[in-house]
Amino acid sequence: MVTKTIEVVNAQGIHMRPAGMLVAEMKKFPNCNVTLKCGEKTAKATAVMQIMASGIKCGSKVEITAEGENEQAALDKAAELFETGFGE
Amino acid sequence: MNKYKGKGVYGAVAIGKISVYKRQELSVKRTRIEDVEAEKKRVERAKEISNQELSDIYEKALREVGETNAQIFEIHMMMLEDEDYNESISSIIETQLVNAEYAVALTSDNFAQMFASMDDAYMQARSADVRDISNRIIKNLSSDSAGMDGVSGKMIVCADDLAPSETVALDKENVLAFVTAYGSSNSHTAILARNMNIPAIIGVGENFLNDIKDGELAIVDGFTGDIYVNPDEETLHAMEKKQAEDNEKKKLLLELKGKENVTIDGTKIKIFANIGGVDNIGAVLLNDAGGIGLFRSEFLYLENSDYPTEEQQLIAYRKVLESMAGKKVIIRTLDIGADKQVDYFNLDKEENPALGYRAIRICLTRTDIFKTQLRALYRASVYGNLGIMFPMITSVSEVEKIKAVCDEVKAELKEEGLEYSENVELGIMIETPAAAVISDLLAPMVDFFSVGTNDLTQYTLAIDRQNRMLEGFCDTHHEAVLRLIKMAADNAHKNGKWIGICGELAADTSLTEQFLRMGIDELSVSPGFVLKVRSQVRNTDLSH
Repeated sequence: MVTKTIEVVNAQGIHMRPAGMLVAEMKKFPNCNVTLKCGEKTAKATAVMQIMASGIKCGSKVEITAEGENEQAALDKAAELFETGFGE
Repeated sequence: MNKYKGKGVYGAVAIGKISVYKRQELSVKRTRIEDVEAEKKRVERAKEISNQELSDIYEKALREVGETNAQIFEIHMMMLEDEDYNESISSIIETQLVNAEYAVALTSDNFAQMFASMDDAYMQARSADVRDISNRIIKNLSSDSAGMDGVSGKMIVCADDLAPSETVALDKENVLAFVTAYGSSNSHTAILARNMNIPAIIGVGENFLNDIKDGELAIVDGFTGDIYVNPDEETLHAMEKKQAEDNEKKKLLLELKGKENVTIDGTKIKIFANIGGVDNIGAVLLNDAGGIGLFRSEFLYLENSDYPTEEQQLIAYRKVLESMAGKKVIIRTLDIGADKQVDYFNLDKEENPALGYRAIRICLTRTDIFKTQLRALYRASVYGNLGIMFPMITSVSEVEKIKAVCDEVKAELKEEGLEYSENVELGIMIETPAAAVISDLLAPMVDFFSVGTNDLTQYTLAIDRQNRMLEGFCDTHHEAVLRLIKMAADNAHKNGKWIGICGELAADTSLTEQFLRMGIDELSVSPGFVLKVRSQVRNTDLSH
């Protein structure tokens, strides 16, 4: 299991588009469980509604956890997306 | 075969399947089921169809509006696959032994409520997305149980009447023709049909709507106002021939593209296009208009569930200006109120809305809204050749106030270091008798006039243009209206200003010669009429 905590840089938080991008990328790691923890809320990185329902805002800290096959690669990819502001 | 008659508002023939526009929400009944697995399979199948539909919409949106705007449909597909969402549907079916439609509807309510209760306005609005995908599944569940082959592809849209906000929401690519039970030739459905160059028939009566069914074959003849439902072979052949001849004629008209708008004796006039949204720019360019004489900015407000921001507006204005590549673009500021209502403005119901709180009257009292729009317009001005036009002017003091707000906006932008062009032309609509009568006083204050003939006619003749009982009284060529236009034209020219006509009369080719003789500088018409008016101009001789 690997984890990393990042800070959300997207001005509008993790809205529909970033959530969608994250899900699309994480589905490329079918045998790895990736979860996001933000405050009280946790969401599977492959569940678009859960991610949106977590209401992750700009500036909040998100703990990403990956467990399973290719866990380091999955974590790196997720962290990269967050850190680059999902290309926004 | 059944034949119905209404009033044709755009001459063309359409042949296709009927789609009855329904306003009601999908109603879902709760029924008890025995076979849980069969019910779950139905959900799976409906989801597959929904997924395919969304994928088609995504592909289409990708081609037409670009990746950023198309992405929403990709996310809708992900929502369809969302584990929590699907688990909820399955468990409702299993535990409550209810039908799939009900399980999806209940899940939809729960998820929509979850979003609606979030503290973020953006996330609250996502409940609409949940409902959207859920309704799609329910629709696909219902159609497979009823065994009806769903209408797909291009359709003839039949409705009682369509409100402006409803026409905005229609998938215009798939509309072959409009047929409405009510409405007058000035209704929004009619204007939209002319904009899209598709046939429309209005005022068919309510029997028609009761008789027809989705998917029935129909022929719409916009020339005569006839509609044939389930036509016989003979009628079908005759109408196919008529359609082919009409297409041939329209093709000939296209050959006028690139030709000058000049009369036989050498008088020139500009022919511009009227549009109601960024989507129509294609039609403007296709029909070779010299510019945009009226860009109705209302769509930005009608399409939104809240006031459009400065940035949102800037993007739209910039896109129009850039697409027109230096050609004149005249954007009219917000013209709502009266027959065009927007919920979030919270306007009171009025006894007499046409004479009420609308257009510039809203802008001058709610200057925050007005300034946001003007800031966006001025910021967009650096991307092309912009003119700003103000609707519903009746007095000199209104124009003074407008110019003061414009100066204020420019000063603010300068202070903030934001660029704008110094060459923005400011003009006013001549659409009240008052403005025409004092056009000598107004002309020195502005760069141009644009005559809005629809409202000018309604206010001069005291006739409600939406009231079909009055169609017989409404003389669109009334001498009073023509004299007011002439008066405004003379006063504009005395002051070295130009004058255009942007109402429906501009496209009335029986008046083209008269307008040319008045010295009208520009006619702005629906894109589909540009070449027809050009042809009329080129066949006119003013020398005798």
